Amino acid sequence: MDKFDFATGAALIGVCEENGITVSEAMIRREIERSQRPREEIVAQMAENLRVMNECVQRSQQPGLKIMGGFIGGESQKLSQHIRTHGAMGGMISRAAAYAMGVIEVNASMGRIVAAPTAGSSGVIPGVLIAAKEEYDLDDGALIDALFNAGAIGYLIARNATVSGAEGGCQAEVGAASAMAASALCQIMGGSVNDCLSAAGDAISNILGLVCDPICGLVEAPCQKRNAMGVANAVISAEIALATCRTLIPFDEVVHAMRSVGKSIPYQLRETALGGLAKCPSVKHGPPAQCSDCDECE
Amino acid sequence: MRELGVFDIIGPVMIGPSSSHTAGALKIAYVAGRLADDEISRVDFTLYNSFARTYRGHGTDRALLGGILGFAMDDERIRDSFEIAKQRGIGYSFTPDESENGYHPNTVGITVTQKNGAKYTVMGESVGGGEMEIVSIDGAQLSYAGKYNAVFVKQSDVPGIISGITDVFARHNINIAFMSVYREGRGEKAYSIVEIDGKPTDGLMTELQNVHGIISVRFIGLYDGGANGQV
Repeated sequence: MDKFDFATGAALIGVCEENGITVSEAMIRREIERSQRPREEIVAQMAENLRVMNECVQRSQQPGLKIMGGFIGGESQKLSQHIRTHGAMGGMISRAAAYAMGVIEVNASMGRIVAAPTAGSSGVIPGVLIAAKEEYDLDDGALIDALFNAGAIGYLIARNATVSGAEGGCQAEVGAASAMAASALCQIMGGSVNDCLSAAGDAISNILGLVCDPICGLVEAPCQKRNAMGVANAVISAEIALATCRTLIPFDEVVHAMRSVGKSIPYQLRETALGGLAKCPSVKHGPPAQCSDCDECE
Repeated sequence: MRELGVFDIIGPVMIGPSSSHTAGALKIAYVAGRLADDEISRVDFTLYNSFARTYRGHGTDRALLGGILGFAMDDERIRDSFEIAKQRGIGYSFTPDESENGYHPNTVGITVTQKNGAKYTVMGESVGGGEMEIVSIDGAQLSYAGKYNAVFVKQSDVPGIISGITDVFARHNINIAFMSVYREGRGEKAYSIVEIDGKPTDGLMTELQNVHGIISVRFIGLYDGGANGQV
């Protein structure tokens, strides 16, 4: 076995403690070993991913996105506007939610995004990281490290369960993104390896069982607001872990539970648009929102 | 199971909204477009199952055409692929087929017509996470998942042709990772898919083309600035 490979959260903790390194450093070393590519190249590729995430968030705050399905559009700017004047939630968490919703708008307009871990959950991680950057004046190095940290958590979930809504429901897809963001934020805030895994485990636990029921099968609604929820869940889970309120169930066991819950979710509730919100009366009798003018339908 | 790397999780950089309905669809069409040995004049797509039901809202149609046009999956021109195809004089159509067919939920059939009149049909499945599999060419069942660069060879089903092909690769010192051979029927047209490490030289491709019994040779470079964009 390679020195820096790890198949479980427990093994990741082992690698980090043995070498006195962070989760992100363990993931970078695993990637160097696995791909045989130099560190500079790997870090540069992650820097490019960060650049695209940032570009995507900035784009979402400008008007003029043409949404393919037309079920969403403009929510991110509305939320940003609202929280500036009289938001109920303060600070970073509300801005992170607005950004996450914005990334899903860019995604739904055929804009460029970074799947993290999927396109449908691509808002959560940039939402949390770009808001944290603004709040704490972080440099790109810290954010790139945070992305490797998030990558380690996502890799463990994909390896031991799934990150696909079609296989495991939204708990797997936004659940994974939320766990990844929680762990990444933990590391940014100075948390230990154990704090990171505790935050990730709690983030999944909190939305265990959430189904994937996209309206008309499109990656728009309820996906956009679930990304906002994924952000809030990530920040709360990180905060709880940093306050040393450790999760009762270890990360690996939570991932295993998520996998088995996913297997018991009927296929109607796994991305097929045959159940849940997708089958509500107001969807069955025609699209619930006004379609945007995309010139495509007859 | 393919070993997961960090960029399988944080990545790929892609045009939304869906890795299976957009990015995976583009990759299938990219391969179909690269198989042409003359300019493409027309492409007719048949969309099955989930593709048939949701292709407009997912931009699957634009992504498929973008793949034919040779765009990478993070290319923002995908949105405008209808207009760009028109400018390049490529006709196109999309036909949804929701019949009971037993195909994978995200399947597309792509019939490419070339300027010289030649036609071929490629079937592909978008299997999730932006991954795809080509499952047939002109009815011959085969399997290409696009994990490696590949040379597609169309050949006559005659004795000795396989060693003719592998000889050329050996002479050019290109390592063959996987190689599979499929045929339409005994003595009829056959296909070899040679998956390789690295990239073939022009010299190799010319020599291959000249092997007795070979009809055509095409390189599918998914990982060298091809459909996957950054290597």
